[in-house]
Amino acid sequence: MNKPTIVIIDYGIGNTHSVSNAIKYLDYKNIIISDDENIIHKADALILPGVGAFEECIGNLKNRKLDIILNEAVIVNKKPILGICVGMQLMATYSEENGLHNGLDWIKGSVKKINVPKPLAVPHVGWNDVSNKNESILFNSNPENANFYFDHSYHFVCDEQYVSGYCDYGTRITAAVERENIFGVQFHPEKSQNNGLKLFRSFFNSI
Amino acid sequence: MLKKRITATLVVKDGIVVQSIGFKRYLPIGKPAIAIEYLNSWGIDEIIILDISATAKGRIPDYEMIRNSSFKCYVPLTVGGGISDIKHIKELMQCGSDKISLNHTAIIQSDLIKHAAEIFGNQCVVVSIDAVKTSDGYRVYDYLTQKALSITPAEMAKKSEELGAGEILINSVERDGSYLGYDKLLINSVCNEISIPVIVCGGAKNAKDMIDVLQNTSASAASASNFFHFTEHSVNITKAKIFSKINVRLETHADYRDCAFDENCRLVKKDDKVLEDMLYMRIEKEII
Repeated sequence: MNKPTIVIIDYGIGNTHSVSNAIKYLDYKNIIISDDENIIHKADALILPGVGAFEECIGNLKNRKLDIILNEAVIVNKKPILGICVGMQLMATYSEENGLHNGLDWIKGSVKKINVPKPLAVPHVGWNDVSNKNESILFNSNPENANFYFDHSYHFVCDEQYVSGYCDYGTRITAAVERENIFGVQFHPEKSQNNGLKLFRSFFNSI
Repeated sequence: MLKKRITATLVVKDGIVVQSIGFKRYLPIGKPAIAIEYLNSWGIDEIIILDISATAKGRIPDYEMIRNSSFKCYVPLTVGGGISDIKHIKELMQCGSDKISLNHTAIIQSDLIKHAAEIFGNQCVVVSIDAVKTSDGYRVYDYLTQKALSITPAEMAKKSEELGAGEILINSVERDGSYLGYDKLLINSVCNEISIPVIVCGGAKNAKDMIDVLQNTSASAASASNFFHFTEHSVNITKAKIFSKINVRLETHADYRDCAFDENCRLVKKDDKVLEDMLYMRIEKEII
């Protein structure tokens, strides 16, 4: 698609400005940060950014009726969506962060605390190498084992068929998931310099 | 495996990046936006921007400065200074910051750590601790009152972790701007108490100090504020030297991997023959 309209979902928390800065670098002009139903339904691609605690994020989505709006856009109308960090975790069935909380249930699985022995620190913060599966759409512009910036205490445990990338941090961490038009990454492509920009490019090229 | 991080701490006073010496003297460097753009293109892993005049003057964070500075920042940006309320954090996240740092607020209003972590997740909350050496050992230093408190940096770090902080940034008053290397005793006293990542700052002169602190403490990130400002390609050259000993990210086009360094970690001039061969080398800009 030549000039896609990209909507970054605004649910009150999340580093929306950082995501928009990164996409602007790739010269896409139609970038809107919004929670408006009409704007979301007119989008060619959606980004669900994330910097936040699960409970707060899902609560904010529901308060703005974004769970219903996004279900229609993504599940019924099959709009491509990329979830980032907790934005990906929101796609899970449920999360164990600060009690049990239901997610959007787009990709069966649960979000669990990273459990690794000392001296490994939690949260998992920094640049880690990601191994990706060959058929992955998201990583097709990146070199093998490209590194990305992670910053999280919880990780997504889901069925192997949806995992398109993973990294090693004392345990295997799901780094990326793909299911039809639904994409998610645990790391922050908007903060992973060229490797992250390439990932955005692959995502937008796929629509 | 996870790489160690090399980060830059930008101390900002009245909108200008300054070189800070011993928390007392400040020499002007330039505009934050320009410093950030260069640090980015030289391959820094993360940037921490600390506005030391905000709380001191009873100001809220300078959102406009952060919005302008973050425009060309494609690495994580942590912002500190003037944050005393959740709404400040919300606004900062919409101006281009990815994490926030609490210093004075963490001392006098520690419930904000907990509250911020509940909303933004612990990974978003960095507690910045300044430490000073006293006759009784290390103590937390309050830069606003310029006094040592009774609590130790290790106790403060532990308490912050329990409240929900995701990272600790530890700085040393004596080493600040001294070029004497990091205070490893101080750093170990903090690292031993907590299981969240620790970023260390204060005293770095060159790559050697960073290698030393990353090899001999469990710090996960080494930060410098001053020495990155004064030479071209300071970050990639420093990281190339560190890369020979420690797993760090080295991906800039000019990565200096094949270069030799002198005892002060400065580049040694290449052979004339090599330079001659490089003379007409064509370098294509990578298009993403």
